[in-house]
Amino acid sequence: MPEPINRITGIAAPLPQPNVDTDAIIPKAHLLTIHRSGLGAGLFSEWRFDEDGKERPDFVLNQAPWREAKILLAGENFGCGSSREHAVWSLMDFGIRCVIAPSFASIFHENCQKNGLAAVTLDEAALAHLVTVAQATPSAAMTVDIEACRVTAPDGREFAFTMEAARRQALLEGLDEIGASLRHDAAMAAFEARDRAQRPWIHALPTA
Amino acid sequence: MTTPRSIIDKIWDQHVVADLGDGRVLLHIDRHMLHEVTSPQAYAGLAAAGRRLRRPDLTFATADHIVSTENGRTDDTVPGGPEMIRALRANAEATGVALFDLGDVRQGIVHVIAPELGIALPGATLVCGDSHTSTVGALGAMAWGIGTSEVEHVMATQTAILRRPPTMRITFSGTCPAGVSAKDMVLKLIATIGTAGATGYGVEYAGSAIRALSMEERMTVCNMSVELGARFGLIAPDAVTFAYLQGRPFAPAGDLWEQAVEAWRALASDPGARFDAEIELDVSTLTPQVSWGTSPQDCIGVGETVPDPEREADPKRRQAMRRALDYIGLEPGTPIRDLPVDMVFIGSCTNSRIEDLRAAAAVLKGRRVAAGLRALVVPGSGQVRRQAEAEGLDRVFTAAGFEWREPGCSMCAGMNADRVPPGKRCVATSNRNFEGRQGPGARTHLASPATAAAAAVAGRIVDVRSLEGGV
Repeated sequence: MPEPINRITGIAAPLPQPNVDTDAIIPKAHLLTIHRSGLGAGLFSEWRFDEDGKERPDFVLNQAPWREAKILLAGENFGCGSSREHAVWSLMDFGIRCVIAPSFASIFHENCQKNGLAAVTLDEAALAHLVTVAQATPSAAMTVDIEACRVTAPDGREFAFTMEAARRQALLEGLDEIGASLRHDAAMAAFEARDRAQRPWIHALPTA
Repeated sequence: MTTPRSIIDKIWDQHVVADLGDGRVLLHIDRHMLHEVTSPQAYAGLAAAGRRLRRPDLTFATADHIVSTENGRTDDTVPGGPEMIRALRANAEATGVALFDLGDVRQGIVHVIAPELGIALPGATLVCGDSHTSTVGALGAMAWGIGTSEVEHVMATQTAILRRPPTMRITFSGTCPAGVSAKDMVLKLIATIGTAGATGYGVEYAGSAIRALSMEERMTVCNMSVELGARFGLIAPDAVTFAYLQGRPFAPAGDLWEQAVEAWRALASDPGARFDAEIELDVSTLTPQVSWGTSPQDCIGVGETVPDPEREADPKRRQAMRRALDYIGLEPGTPIRDLPVDMVFIGSCTNSRIEDLRAAAAVLKGRRVAAGLRALVVPGSGQVRRQAEAEGLDRVFTAAGFEWREPGCSMCAGMNADRVPPGKRCVATSNRNFEGRQGPGARTHLASPATAAAAAVAGRIVDVRSLEGGV
């Protein structure tokens, strides 16, 4: 179950290229596990490490202080491609608590919510500013305030963002979504009873 | 008078269990497919919270991503793999879920077996922890990929939390020229509107060129809906759909079949139904498509040349194109035709069904794979494999020099032992050409089964329509 978060303050790493897909976020070699912990080792592994397993010094998350980043400044359509939730688990295991991007791929966006990774949408101009500041003053902390829906850059500039109320509430409360849904048990039972009459072929399958 | 509704409106309205406020609803899930990569952590979460699987009777499991495709295979595959297969087996057994295990003729790629077994049905909602679940939208189902936490949510509640997506109708008009297939249609669509062209939308594919497609070709189109960013893509069921489904093991039978078909006929979008976006694509002059870069939108006609990033106005796109060309090892202006290839892969949830194999075999009959080229054909399911063998297609493939393998995701997912070595160039019938998709450093060119087969024979990318002696 996710931890409640209302504010994230930390180093922001710039990775502004568009269409970073989940294969890049966590290459498939790291998916061969039945566990969800320890996946930070695989985060961006083909970009972080060379064929011999040595760090590539030019990759942003291999550079100080960005290797300590809590915030990732990403490009449009971040998290596209495969539905693997491991992408979110690996970002979180690495220490990332928030990704800010102009847009997110939808399955990834959902996966962020389920795990308490803040996915914040800002427009291109705002993001370009944050990237510039992060590159100019890498050690200065950025703050993402979920409560106030505001990002504060190290230079003091603030950017408001919007987030669906339910998504924001889930982050603030560390909500267990399944528990919340199970409270609708009576509605589920009523739906099933009604639907069995209307669409019996859905509920009474032939055994094969 | 009632407001005209789209097929998406109709399916949506049928499935709302509860309104959660804030635009979100609990939507009933009619069919839940599980596989070995995205289900173990969901099962572990369910057990940790002391929750039960609500509808095991609506849940089906198979192993496909990491399985070996070697003939005579066992659980043994890549490191970590056997543990995943065994976890799926134990979890399915403990919760009473039907499992199509290795050795069962019904085992195969999850999106191939769901329609083939009649599990996926028109008007149904179907989810799976896999982005290409959109494939089965071809039957007129609302089907989409979910993450592992959502898998756990569906397990516990048989519902998913959703916000009603905006709708888009994509109309393919005209008639496809000979030698041009459903794969070429969808690659052209993605090249035209981009990988984010339908982000978040529920898409209905319509038009004369869609209606003319077989059920299996429709699956190829819907499969790649997710490559447009769409939440799902579907095609209204018609006589083609019903003929495909009738008699399938899990499809309704007898009176129930009649009752179901009557309901399914009413699903088509009403005349005048409103969509939030409309796109039209004429396929009359379409040519076979091949990808040149590292995104499915990086596609060109087989007679065209690799585009020049310097002519691209958008600086971000320009940068992405440069990066793609660097990875794929191509120069701007190079004709894509005649590019030498090292490997050919025919398979994946996009193109591993019997018709795909027939199309490839038609090209390969009486021909040989080029010297030094490795070619794999991986049927999408045990039943596809059996059918192909009954038709003698396996012998066409093996006589041509292809490896004839056991069903699985194989060289599409790159998570099993079937990989494209670093720097090698592969023409693949799969859906993604991302960096490293077919293995670290692998260079993937997406194409149709016929184009892939032609490339295997020529040892280079060719226009299948130009093969000597015809197809």
